[in-house]
Amino acid sequence: MNPSPPLDVVVVGAGVVGAACAYYAARAGLAVAVVDRGPVAGGTTGAGEGNLLVSDKEPGPELDLALLSTRLWRELAERFGPAMEYEAKGGVVVSATPDGQRALRAFAATQAAVGVDAEEVPAERLRELEPHLAPGLAGGFHYPQDAQVQPALAAAHLLREARRMGAGLITGETVTAIDRGPDGAVRGVRTDRRRLAAPAVINAAGTWGGELAALAGVHLPVLPRRGFVLVTEPLPRIVRHKVYAADYVADVASGSAALQTSAVVEGTPGGPVLIGASRERVGFDRTLSQEVLRRLAAQAAELFPVLADVAVLRAYRGFRPYLPDHLPAIGADPRVPGLHHACGHEGAGIGLAPATGLLISEQLTGKRPELDLTPFRADRFPAA
Amino acid sequence: MPTSPSEPLPYDLAVVGAGPAGLAAAVTAAELGLRCVLLDGGHSTGGQYYRHPAPGLGAARPDRLHHGWSVYAGLAERLSAAERAEFRAGHQVWALERTGDGFAVHATRGPEAADRVTLRARTVLLAAGAYERQLPFPGWTLPGVVTAGGAQAMLKAGLVLPGRRIVVAGSGPLLLAAASSLVTAGADVPAVVEATNYLGYARRPGVLAAVPAKLVEGAGHGSALLRHGVRLRPRSAVVEAHGTDRVTAVTVARLDAEWRPLPGTERRIDCDALAVGHGLLPQIDLATELGADTVTGPDGAVALKVDARLRTSVPGLWSAGETNGVGGADLAIAEGELAGHAIAGALPRAALLRRRARLRSFADVMAAAHRPGPGWTGWLRPDTDVCRCEEVPVAKVREAVEELGAGDPRTVKLLTRAGMGWCQGRMCGPAVACLSGSGEPGPDRRPFGCPVPLSQLAAGSAAAAGE
Repeated sequence: MNPSPPLDVVVVGAGVVGAACAYYAARAGLAVAVVDRGPVAGGTTGAGEGNLLVSDKEPGPELDLALLSTRLWRELAERFGPAMEYEAKGGVVVSATPDGQRALRAFAATQAAVGVDAEEVPAERLRELEPHLAPGLAGGFHYPQDAQVQPALAAAHLLREARRMGAGLITGETVTAIDRGPDGAVRGVRTDRRRLAAPAVINAAGTWGGELAALAGVHLPVLPRRGFVLVTEPLPRIVRHKVYAADYVADVASGSAALQTSAVVEGTPGGPVLIGASRERVGFDRTLSQEVLRRLAAQAAELFPVLADVAVLRAYRGFRPYLPDHLPAIGADPRVPGLHHACGHEGAGIGLAPATGLLISEQLTGKRPELDLTPFRADRFPAA
Repeated sequence: MPTSPSEPLPYDLAVVGAGPAGLAAAVTAAELGLRCVLLDGGHSTGGQYYRHPAPGLGAARPDRLHHGWSVYAGLAERLSAAERAEFRAGHQVWALERTGDGFAVHATRGPEAADRVTLRARTVLLAAGAYERQLPFPGWTLPGVVTAGGAQAMLKAGLVLPGRRIVVAGSGPLLLAAASSLVTAGADVPAVVEATNYLGYARRPGVLAAVPAKLVEGAGHGSALLRHGVRLRPRSAVVEAHGTDRVTAVTVARLDAEWRPLPGTERRIDCDALAVGHGLLPQIDLATELGADTVTGPDGAVALKVDARLRTSVPGLWSAGETNGVGGADLAIAEGELAGHAIAGALPRAALLRRRARLRSFADVMAAAHRPGPGWTGWLRPDTDVCRCEEVPVAKVREAVEELGAGDPRTVKLLTRAGMGWCQGRMCGPAVACLSGSGEPGPDRRPFGCPVPLSQLAAGSAAAAGE
């Protein structure tokens, strides 16, 4: 790469969030360089399922982001849909008990009030949506806005498009310093090989976002939450939607360090069925956990008994970057002029990437962002 | 834990793989007093090297197809005599798990939920052997194109030939062995096409002279080939296989020192089968999954890093034979014996140490001589499939590298699906690494050593329960 200086912004991180930041910034006419210590989609993005979900989010700032992203993903899909394996497949949340179904109904009602489409599916109609679902479920909800992309392809194609618009991409270089002027404002970054001068830096470093913030002298407590996804042998389409049990919503919102699993089952255009998602806080330990395997496999077979005889070929493992209140850090950091954050999306980074990128580009170009960014301010955590 | 810490584990040693290395290790360790379990996915001991004819064929003399069958027979006899060693056939190990007091070895022996087996052992020896390195070329997916090892396996296990007129091609000592077996079994071998010129060996005559048995073995293959009028074509490669339903001919071209095909040197050879091999790659994913350190050998293959006593960097995990760098059955047996001694805490004979060192040096010379040159990608065409499981052509891999910013095999895999199919990149791994421009492939990371039925994962293991 050699983006002709002067640069307007350096994006640190070539995952899907960094790619979306680069794409929207380049589209807004800014001169952009993206730098990553690894390859494109080498971190959490390359280990994710590609969930674009509104169904699992309660009304609030994150759902607002998700709804904006849903719209943006549809726009992106018109141009890059097949290349990114975008599928507007919809989600189906099922409950095992009448109590569960009642809780789901109440939850869906709060979501409907802010624009989420949710349709109750009585037990007897579940199999019309998903013919292989286990018998005996109490019912479910259909969320037509839920969708899916292949995350690595999404990141790569957004970056390719950004490069076509003039952005530069530097992989395999680690950012070692963030340069600041006498007024404290960002002047650019240094990598192990070069200096990139720019008046703005976007921290899209995912799980390592806290370390990057520290290079700019600010506190941002991003921590890893480990997840596994099982991948089966290629199969004919036996799972049509994203299907998960109602417990998933509680697990996503949970702050517990303990292992939580609630299988999200879905087919892919390539054939394999993906079974996510476990959540546990164990630092950056990559060891395959037999207990995680057991729980994910058992829950998937409970939802879809036909999967019991299917072979599992591999597992993805990754680390979701989370912040203590489970909301991402998005936008300008009031403590350091020129520093912007786009990290800490936990397990929703793929879905929330376009909204994140668009909102930051609006800020960078002096427009009023479409959503209020106050809940996502990076200075909301008191220093440890 | 179902077993309390004070309760002894059922085995002192679990040996994964019952080929030459694993067999020698289990026998040695059991004779030194360790309680051993020897696991293998196959139906008998011997591994790929001492592959048995299927029982139903009633082969009277399997020894005729093998070098050193008497060595194997001796080990097998000692195994059945060893009270402390137990052989478990049909157990495919898919994961090793570290536990507080040793390892849980997770295996599958069939498709049902109840076919899951988890064994507990204080130490583990990985002797999982190797698999064939494949370099794609136009036409390599045609019926009739088999691997050199596959051709030998067909012969040893099924007593059948892959064709009547078989070109043998690729690089490495396995080619001569395969060609020799094929002509002895009655096939016509019009050519053995070897990418190197064998000069690599000659540069280190001292090492060769120290291993006379290897020379005798090589000479044995050579004389069999001479007797049958087989033509050796050094510094050449099959750059295309022709045919529609099946291979009917191949194009052979000369190569430069970097393995780049030289235009104008092509010649066509009619055949009805092609046995092609580019050496072997250590099967180490069970160990790398635990974070074991690796080294890149002189053949460019990633092997486990072991110390003089064959310990890996993972406490309690040892490795013998091809997993430490491909070197053949004699070396594997020597390393198995050595590891057996070391794990039992016994001092090996000095002669064994010397023998192992000598064989390992020879293996390194061979490995360096047959290391694929970077120019081999010159015989690829845009539509040549790199990954045959997922049908990913060269053009798609190049697009991922040139257009989408992939610079390493993992990203290429994420963006193209190359390596995501049944073989999990065992076939296309080296080729994808070359095409992604990252040079040598990194260590394999495969969470599952083989496909595992979901029901067996769901069943859990005694070791995992309660954790």
